[in-house]
Amino acid sequence: MNLSILILVPLITAVAVLLTRTRQQVRWVSLIGAAIQIILSLLLFVYYRNEVAAGNTAQMLFQQNYEWFPALHIGFHLGVDGISVALIMLTAFVVIAGILVSWNIEKMTKEFYFLLLLLSVGAYGFFMSLDLFMLFFFLEIAVIPKYLLIGIWGSGNKEYSANKLALMLMGGSALVLVGLLGLYFTNPERTFDLLKLSTTHIPHNIQMICFPLLFIGFGVFSGLFPFHTWVPDGHSSAPTAGSMFLAGISMKLGGYGCLRVAVYLLPEGAKEYANLIIVLSVIGILYGAFVTMMQKDLKYINAYSSVSHCGFVLLGIGMLTKTAITGAVIQMVSHGLMTALFFAVIGMIYQRTHTRMIDEMGGLLKKLPFIITVLFIVGFCSLGLPGLSGFVAEMTIFMGSWQHPDMLHRIVTILACMSIVVTAVYILRAISKVAMGPMKATYSHLKDAAWNEKLAAVILLFGIIAIGVAPFWLNDLVRPGAEIIMQKITGG
Amino acid sequence: MNEFISLMKPELIVTFIIFVLLFTKLGKGVKNSSLLNLIQVLLLLNFAAGFFFNKEGSLFGGMYHTDTLIAVQKNILSLGVYLISLLFADWFKKTEHLSEFFILLLSALLGMFFLISSGNFLMFFLSLELATIPVAAMANFDLHKKISSEGAMKFILSSAFSSGILLFGISLIYGATGTISFTELPALITASPFQILAFVFLFTAFAFKMSIVPFHLWTADVYEGSPMATTSFLSVISKGAVAFIFITVLYKVFQPMQEVWYNMIMLLSIITMITGNLFALRQQNIKRFLAFSSIAQVGFILVGISGNSPEGLTSVVYFVLIYVFSNLAAFGVAATISSNTGKENISDYKGFYQTNPFLTWIMALALFSLAGIPPTAGFFGKLFLLKSGAANANYLFITIAALNLIVSLYYYLRVIRSMFMDKNEEPIGKIKVQLSTKFGMYLCAAGIVFAGIFSWVYDYIQSLM
Repeated sequence: MNLSILILVPLITAVAVLLTRTRQQVRWVSLIGAAIQIILSLLLFVYYRNEVAAGNTAQMLFQQNYEWFPALHIGFHLGVDGISVALIMLTAFVVIAGILVSWNIEKMTKEFYFLLLLLSVGAYGFFMSLDLFMLFFFLEIAVIPKYLLIGIWGSGNKEYSANKLALMLMGGSALVLVGLLGLYFTNPERTFDLLKLSTTHIPHNIQMICFPLLFIGFGVFSGLFPFHTWVPDGHSSAPTAGSMFLAGISMKLGGYGCLRVAVYLLPEGAKEYANLIIVLSVIGILYGAFVTMMQKDLKYINAYSSVSHCGFVLLGIGMLTKTAITGAVIQMVSHGLMTALFFAVIGMIYQRTHTRMIDEMGGLLKKLPFIITVLFIVGFCSLGLPGLSGFVAEMTIFMGSWQHPDMLHRIVTILACMSIVVTAVYILRAISKVAMGPMKATYSHLKDAAWNEKLAAVILLFGIIAIGVAPFWLNDLVRPGAEIIMQKITGG
Repeated sequence: MNEFISLMKPELIVTFIIFVLLFTKLGKGVKNSSLLNLIQVLLLLNFAAGFFFNKEGSLFGGMYHTDTLIAVQKNILSLGVYLISLLFADWFKKTEHLSEFFILLLSALLGMFFLISSGNFLMFFLSLELATIPVAAMANFDLHKKISSEGAMKFILSSAFSSGILLFGISLIYGATGTISFTELPALITASPFQILAFVFLFTAFAFKMSIVPFHLWTADVYEGSPMATTSFLSVISKGAVAFIFITVLYKVFQPMQEVWYNMIMLLSIITMITGNLFALRQQNIKRFLAFSSIAQVGFILVGISGNSPEGLTSVVYFVLIYVFSNLAAFGVAATISSNTGKENISDYKGFYQTNPFLTWIMALALFSLAGIPPTAGFFGKLFLLKSGAANANYLFITIAALNLIVSLYYYLRVIRSMFMDKNEEPIGKIKVQLSTKFGMYLCAAGIVFAGIFSWVYDYIQSLM
């Protein structure tokens, strides 16, 4: 399969959106583009499985390698393994849901969709890049659309949040850049190529310098404690689709980068810093969970719980076992789907009630049966109910963590498990306040979800339930990639 | 004679255009708009001619030297001048002395051509003066504005001062080595204390011209006082030309003492970036804002220069090309707003997107490119500068530079924010953009978008090394 198409389709869609005239055209062009993209990503999944089933054991499949800046040894190198395929599918799901949810946006529709699509170009490119320069290019492409989405279409203290987000993410990517330059100049071939770099040995002292730069840099993107402060502000100020993209896709860029670049290329550094990573991520998990308990705003609840859930991703990566890394990737996909749906539902409720404060709602289940049912499912997924994706992901991470026999890892794992109880408390409290109890008279005229909202919810629910009921297909997809990373770690 | 014509082709063409403009003064009542059209066509031809028949060779006993890379550098400057003639059409049509302005501008450009081509410190000094004095007159072109005269005065005094220092440095170099020829000097440079002293004086003169901190104090006032066309010429073309010759002097003439200048450049680069960025944070006037941001940009150019490799040279030339597109586009938008409404403050731009989406997008593109955001060309320019600087494995330096990128992003986003996000009951009304200005802006936008992603621009410059 030609991977360039996966970048070209959203790019062409974005350009086509610019050329349209009416709002109707803008929406349909974007929707068609996103639909093509989801079909392509599913095709990619099928092709990938076929290749693997046919005995192709190459690390990266469907590679395309062109020279981009030959003088600087920068290539345009694409390729996917199971981890990338999983995240590409996640992106496609979230993008189409995001476009459907923002169907009725009134203000500057064309610009809104253009920026959404540009953001998705960045994400697709990032997950497929095998050249670190390209990877960085796509990482940064995704930042500014977020800034504009929050600043123009957001709510609340949007300028502040947008600025904070853009500056913190750029700060993260500046650290990434320095780390990448370090990698470039220490390998004798002077290359940014991921596969070539993975076969050269990088000296221990360079690993000790570059690993923290890269890990913290990417960690900022996925809300690594103490660099998570942009998450709650950014998510709560963003428009619905913006929050979905931020939490569903953008935070996964960080996790993927930590795994694919920092841990994979610098295994010695990863081993040295592993304890620090797990301690920080457990602090993030617990801190996020406890702060969420105190929140009254639905968006803040989901934003802080994202800090907590993304902590699991970093925890899984920091554990450096095959099972835990597999779990981390599953958690990325699961959390991406779940949190996107959560934000979508919050957006739908907000559109109707014009409030996000849980104290002001109540009894909405009667009036909005579809939306609130989805809210229940998402909530259960978030607190790790078996049969939904959250359980699978967290369970795998815990199993991987428990493989370490020493005290620190045991304590950390137990603490992380305890956060699930806290999650249950805040999720159940929030949902019950929204759904049950007496209903305000002003809400008696509310209408349930429209077709576009239903479609968006169904698409994301499909993913959540599919992973929850049949986790093996995702597990099979991700495990070979995790194995290769583990080989690199154990092999030296 | 043939060699003379073929090697000095760029200079001869510019001189010819100056003469044509002089003759237009003979006839009475040439309208500004038709004169401007003529100028635009001539400058376009000048730019186009720069692509052909570029040879390598020396004239006047090594005083003048040219090769294909130098020809490209000159052509980048020609491109910049052509863009200036397009982008500031509003102001040009209003000004009373259009042909004089361009005669001065082209004389300065001629000086810069000789400057880049100079093979001897004497030639270097003469051409630098030729490139400076007309600009002082251009800075004073808003005759009715007091602030303009003040700026011009500051410019003249500070350039005279820096010329004095430069001459002193040159005479010390001559005293230390007995020659001022670029080809003979490298063999005689030994980094003795006396030579280092001479080099410091020379360096100071360069620092003045490129407004490297702490020699930047004239920049903001001159930029603010001058008409926008002069400001953009100063900040883009003039800085670019000096950067080109600076890099030649460092890499060729002073190569034997590279440890000395590496440290100087590194320190100055850090303080230049930090000072430029910190001052740009608080500016309200768009010209002063761009002035300080251009100081910060020079800091980045120094990062690239510190690489001391062919790659460093390539990345600087490439960056200047991109800088021409991005900074001129930003100035072009600011000038269009200023000459139609007289407003030059960032707070006046609030709600600008509602009324002028085209100008806002051009400004946004330009500022993103200056900030180094992909997929604009500025991203590639900045990255390659940092990359060439990182070759010395001085990670602290590169980290400081990379963190400065974030500070600069903050203030570029300030302008974006006030244009896109801030609410304003009475935004600036719809501005009618002149056709030629629009064309210039499209050219800049095309440059900003395509010069990065399509790698052949970089490859072409690289191939000339």
